[in-house]
Amino acid sequence: MAEVKIKNISKRFSPNSPLAVNNLNLDIADGEFLVLLGPSGCGKTTTLRCVAGLETQTAGDIYIGDRLVNGLPVGERDIAFVFQFYALYPHLSAYDNIAFPLRAQKLQKDEVDKRVQQVAKQLRIENILNRRPSSLPSGEQQRIALGRAIIRRPQVFLMDEPLTNLDAALRTDMRVELKLLQENLATTMVYVTHDQIEAMSMADRIAVMDQGVLQQVNTPLEIYNHPSTLFVAGFIGTPPMNLIDCHLNGSNTLSDEKGDFKLSGSLIEKLKSKIQDPEKPLIVGVRSEDVFIDTADGPSEVRGEIVARESLGDETIYAVEIGEYIIRVKTDPTLVLNTGTNVGLNFARDRIHIFDAKSKEAIKL
Amino acid sequence: MTLNTQETHGSNQTKVIYYVKEFFYWSVLIVVFAFSIFPLYWMFNTSLKPRADVEKTPPTFIPFVDYQPTLDNYVDVFFKDRAGAGFAEVDQDADRTISEFPKALANSIFITITTTVLAVLMGTLAAYAFSRFRVKGQGDLLFFILSTRMLPPVVVLIPIFLMFNQPGELINNVLQNIPISFIQAFGESIRDFSLRNSYTGIILLYITFGLPFVVWMMKGFFDEIPKEYEEAAMMDGYSRLEAIWKIVLPEAFPAMLATSVFVVITAWNEFIFVLLLNRDNATTVPPFLYSILGYGQVEWGRTAATSVLFLIPIIVFTFVARNHLLRGVTFGAVRR
Repeated sequence: MAEVKIKNISKRFSPNSPLAVNNLNLDIADGEFLVLLGPSGCGKTTTLRCVAGLETQTAGDIYIGDRLVNGLPVGERDIAFVFQFYALYPHLSAYDNIAFPLRAQKLQKDEVDKRVQQVAKQLRIENILNRRPSSLPSGEQQRIALGRAIIRRPQVFLMDEPLTNLDAALRTDMRVELKLLQENLATTMVYVTHDQIEAMSMADRIAVMDQGVLQQVNTPLEIYNHPSTLFVAGFIGTPPMNLIDCHLNGSNTLSDEKGDFKLSGSLIEKLKSKIQDPEKPLIVGVRSEDVFIDTADGPSEVRGEIVARESLGDETIYAVEIGEYIIRVKTDPTLVLNTGTNVGLNFARDRIHIFDAKSKEAIKL
Repeated sequence: MTLNTQETHGSNQTKVIYYVKEFFYWSVLIVVFAFSIFPLYWMFNTSLKPRADVEKTPPTFIPFVDYQPTLDNYVDVFFKDRAGAGFAEVDQDADRTISEFPKALANSIFITITTTVLAVLMGTLAAYAFSRFRVKGQGDLLFFILSTRMLPPVVVLIPIFLMFNQPGELINNVLQNIPISFIQAFGESIRDFSLRNSYTGIILLYITFGLPFVVWMMKGFFDEIPKEYEEAAMMDGYSRLEAIWKIVLPEAFPAMLATSVFVVITAWNEFIFVLLLNRDNATTVPPFLYSILGYGQVEWGRTAATSVLFLIPIIVFTFVARNHLLRGVTFGAVRR
């Protein structure tokens, strides 16, 4: 077991291509479950492959434990990697696949057998050890791939979207199992995914990346509640956070271009104290569960028309058109409104996020 | 089988259409089959005929019915006792001495096997490198490799002849220290290290012909094998070579066999270069066949028998390799 330190690493695949990873710093604690989250092409897999040694970073240092591993061959880093496509050796049985890393260490036959059986028991795949991977469903293949990773008792697990190829139900089960497994083994885990649900449900901490740049590293709830950049705000959460281009207009209200959306109150005073330029373009972000529908004809600050309804069973999401914006509102399923209804919207003031439209960073209030 | 399932449903009209389709399908298949099998059949047929029946008109087709088959032609292949046959005039006083055929066949087998093994091995490794590493000027290099196959062989015949005729002093000097017995095992004389009349020369030449093909075929194949296999193995503590040996080669084996079929066939059938460059001890079956045809009256029965014998090793090879040739390749363990 070991911590992983990533210091200022950058990666460029060829001299003229853009940076795949841009000056990334990340400290992963011993025994931590860290998820690298981001859309495809954001550099998360490249980062993971640099840690593994499958790619060489253009600049920067990587430490595993106390060891600087720059330039160290893959086999000597004492890590295990689970690939998105499992990469199980098709010509070997499940047993031999799992035993494969131990055979590299030239362990005694009974020792190998003992450990394979132990791992198989842990992953509940004792009965399929003689089968070839191709004859097994993807869930079992996944377990074999996990078995091959954990049998060596490496210092760090690296996982590259291991659940992507499973069907939805199985994925939910495996999330729990994977988390339990990691807790039992107490081994540092770096896990790459583009699926925010996987990230939120398993991670001790999430590192969100976009276009090679690390956006925010924090616990799942902290990231959800206090996104530090516009990208994080828009990427995390389903439905995504409502974002509205606004400015202060010099007055005491924060409103959009046409004035269909406006906010006033103590929030504005706080905001004014934080920004120098009153004309600064801002973006207001509010999550769908922090918007409330007011069906009364009362004088709500913001009014709009319901244009769509998504009934999900446990909740209903209304799309409300306000000027040129569509605001999504998450409500209790007991509230049933027809499209075309004109409604007022209230916002949970303490849960409104404000971003600088230029720097794309959050303005803390 | 398909007939039965089709019969259970569908109107009469669809049935009729189905049978018509089926009829044409099988007719075409049978015509194509007959067209390709007839020369082989004719060769085998001729090889069994007594001399008198070979050139009979109208021709006879069915052994035991049209004519009484004989194995004389096959016996004749191995001896040179008839005037104008084989290399007979070289050694006319001997009555029934062994012909050059066994030696030529052994040479054919030896040269083909060595060529194939070396070409497939080297080509596979080159293809692996092209597939897995960022090689500078990769496109140009691959094109260059392929371009060696773009000229008709006849064009390079004379340059190669001249090249092979060089006394080969450099090689002579290099090989001075190698034990003579080793060199003799390859049928060479220490005096003349020109590449003519040597196994080395003709094998080198055939490897040159075979390599571009192997590199291109295997590169295409390696591109299909996910690199995660080797990455996983390397992560588990194996070196790249070990990963290739333990993971990639077992995966690539069917493809290597498929590729080697082509190399085998090229080397086995090659005629003009070996005719020009090698004679006597280092020659192969195709020039030998030609030598039977070459003088006076053509002995068709004997020629056909030689051809049949020449064909057998290839048939055996294809038969042995056929399961591998048909076997699915990556087994779908990696999901894309």
